[in-house]
Amino acid sequence: MSFIKEAKTLMRQNVREYGMYIALAVIMIIFTITTDGLFISSRNISNLINMTGYIAVLAIGMTLVIVIRHIDLSVGFLSGFMGAICAIMMMQWGWSVWIAIPAVMIFGILIGCINGLLVAKLNIPAFVVTLAGWLIFRGLILWVTEETGTIVINNPTFNAIGNGFIPDIADVGFHLLTVILGVIGIAIFVWSEFRGRTVKQKYNFEVISMNIFILKLVFISAIMAYITWILAGYNGLSWTIVIVAVTAFVYHFIATKTILGRHIYALGGNPEAAKLSGVNVTKITVWVFCSMGMLSALSGVLFASRLQSATTTAGTLFELDAIAAAYVGGVSAAGGVGKVTGSLIGALVMSSLVSGMNLMGTGIYYQYIIRGAVLVLAVIFDVATRRTAAKAV
Amino acid sequence: MAKYILEMNHITKEFPGVKALNDVNFKVEEGEIHCLVGENGAGKSTLMKVLSGVYPHGAYQGDIVLNEETQKYTSVRDSEKAGIAIIYQELALIPDMAVYENIFLGHEIKKGAIIDWNETIVRSTKMLKKVKLNVNPAELIRNLGVGKQQLIEIAKALSKDVKLLILDEPTSALNENDSENLLLLLKELKTQGITSIMISHKLKEVISIADTVTILRDGKTICSLSAKNGEITENTIIKCMVGREIDNIYPGRDFKPAEETVLELKNWSGYDPAQGREIIKDVSLNVKKGEIVGIAGLMGAGRTELAQSIFGNPAGYRLKGELFIDGQKKQFNNTSDAIKAGIAYVTEDRKGNGLILIQDVKQNISISNLKEIAKNGVINQNEEINIGNDYRQSLNIKTPSIAQTVGNLSGGNQQKVSVGKWLFAKPKILILDEPTRGIDVGAKYEIYTIMNDLIKQGMSIIMISSELPEILGMSDRVYVVSEGRIAGELPIEEATQEKIMAMATN
Repeated sequence: MSFIKEAKTLMRQNVREYGMYIALAVIMIIFTITTDGLFISSRNISNLINMTGYIAVLAIGMTLVIVIRHIDLSVGFLSGFMGAICAIMMMQWGWSVWIAIPAVMIFGILIGCINGLLVAKLNIPAFVVTLAGWLIFRGLILWVTEETGTIVINNPTFNAIGNGFIPDIADVGFHLLTVILGVIGIAIFVWSEFRGRTVKQKYNFEVISMNIFILKLVFISAIMAYITWILAGYNGLSWTIVIVAVTAFVYHFIATKTILGRHIYALGGNPEAAKLSGVNVTKITVWVFCSMGMLSALSGVLFASRLQSATTTAGTLFELDAIAAAYVGGVSAAGGVGKVTGSLIGALVMSSLVSGMNLMGTGIYYQYIIRGAVLVLAVIFDVATRRTAAKAV
Repeated sequence: MAKYILEMNHITKEFPGVKALNDVNFKVEEGEIHCLVGENGAGKSTLMKVLSGVYPHGAYQGDIVLNEETQKYTSVRDSEKAGIAIIYQELALIPDMAVYENIFLGHEIKKGAIIDWNETIVRSTKMLKKVKLNVNPAELIRNLGVGKQQLIEIAKALSKDVKLLILDEPTSALNENDSENLLLLLKELKTQGITSIMISHKLKEVISIADTVTILRDGKTICSLSAKNGEITENTIIKCMVGREIDNIYPGRDFKPAEETVLELKNWSGYDPAQGREIIKDVSLNVKKGEIVGIAGLMGAGRTELAQSIFGNPAGYRLKGELFIDGQKKQFNNTSDAIKAGIAYVTEDRKGNGLILIQDVKQNISISNLKEIAKNGVINQNEEINIGNDYRQSLNIKTPSIAQTVGNLSGGNQQKVSVGKWLFAKPKILILDEPTRGIDVGAKYEIYTIMNDLIKQGMSIIMISSELPEILGMSDRVYVVSEGRIAGELPIEEATQEKIMAMATN
């Protein structure tokens, strides 16, 4: 009895966060049914995640930009432009892929810095600065691809980033290394949850009861195991998944564990108070835009690699997909609220919709309308749950 | 007996926990200039909000009689219709609109469905003449000084056919010339039959202009003085304003400050480019080790600006003069520099710029000194929990857990979090700006006890306060600030409420 009661209160308190996971699950189940299981097939899930990659890294950076109450509209075409530059470096200048990729990432950081300085030093609204960037990078893509048109990339190492999978260690009918990594991942998750719980108990913090705790662990582990199994049944973990996972881990760590992260959230939560607490507002703002520039470059590399070419239209509407993913993932436009992991789930929700509707053969016009509706619903849900949460206290 | 244009009878207004107005009677004769005077928090603004319908009928007790008719306003619109206009300290003009657009904003002159701009300009010109302001009606508000803007507000009120004009500290942001002009205009309007109520802290102005003065203190009407009877003098007004009981809510201390000076300002001035005026004027002061220095003065006198100019100047004033910490000349480029030099500043507005309300107690405490609990930029979150619990205990912060969101705590506990946050930065000099505003007596006593403990440990405290009993009860020495200047310095033995108030209103 008390078990159900606790589950209920827990559900109420965390309805926003759980709601997103539930939404993702519901979307996946619906599409699995409507496509006779095609949606949940190993091949489709693997493709779906690869397709999400270049939006997911943008959404991660966008989370921090929105947390500090700004916006970056230039990321889409910046991503496309960086992809084109990377292609030119490798194909026309003959640079090695190991030099070209770091080079464009640094280039991305520099461009982000310019955005950040204009916003933080000259107090120009980010919307305007990055709208100008949107136009400029659109022009630059067309300029650098003017002679060649689409630049075909035939570098197998580079193309593996968007299409390849991690190597296997033995041939056993499924992808063994993926399974091993999955098991390690689950073990680390269970261990860190247990450790967090013990620490909380040590400081006399309220913890959820053991029953619920076990249930939560089993539930999440099962999902992780299932995804691992699906991926292992196809070609295993793709390089895109590895890159997105590492990026998400690093950003999650920065956001939750470091001084830098704390300053970012303090600045978003109350800029005046943050300033009076010794937070260097200019420095933090510039850093966040630099990181956004770097992730735009990474996104450009992922996309160019996926298409095995740099096209003249690369990056179109990426910025809006990334912003939508962040909002669906629970980032608040009022600032100071939003998780990197949330935006990642948000990106998955949006691309699941696209993938599922494509499999069902839904018309493209319906697709846009449905995605728009989901975005609005997510934000309405967000506002409503925040209000009930405020009332509950 | 002259006719009363306005009678406010037995007005009582309660907020949770406080009686802001307690059975206030306020009567204004037709055609007079009536000044409303009182300390900060005496209830003047609340009374005017009741009158203007900001607090609608039913939200208060008592009744309002205007021209012998009982009024029941449900909104500001109603009171405006009845001919009451209030001009607030913060002017409500749109900077990028022309003068004439502003004057008729909200009650545009229409010809059919469209605005008749020609008529608007003609009528605006008339209104401007009435307030003796010689500007082009097409000029943008942005290009006019505060003094002229103030007059335009009055023109706007006149255009609505106002009978009762209320001005909330109209001269606080004006220079002497503009102030004088404004007072002359009020006298002129009086001859045209317009009744004015003026809230003011500047007693000289009050004495020169008022026909009647009503003094509020702690939400009650204390006295009503009339010029006809020659009752309006500085002494009587001050006597009515102060004289609040100093109850025994201040913990005693058996501790004398050291001789050593920790902070000194010499000829310190500050110009605020945003307001376009000097807000700190040639201030020299010093603070000794283990001393509580009280900074008294009225709201808007420049006390907060002074504090912030010392604390790394986050608002970007143009500063002149010298600042010494422990005898060494210092210059801070940002708040971070000031924190490093051992200064901490607990803001007056803890919700606005003091705390991050959506974050929890421990995060708010640690923010000012994260380096202390971090290694290579990574925060040791267990240590953070320890620190949070330490301050929760030592400051007696009442919260279910240090993981509680600060926005959910009571005012007193929020204030303790604010103090805790700055104690964690381990300052030598702690500036407290209105440390007990809006918190209950019990929490006040706790804050005072904490202050005593801190100076015993060798910290120095600068306490800015509008509450005279608090200044007298806690300080070792008092500086009185008035219009950005130090109007006087008093050792605690010589300080009285009357002396301080006389300096502050001068």
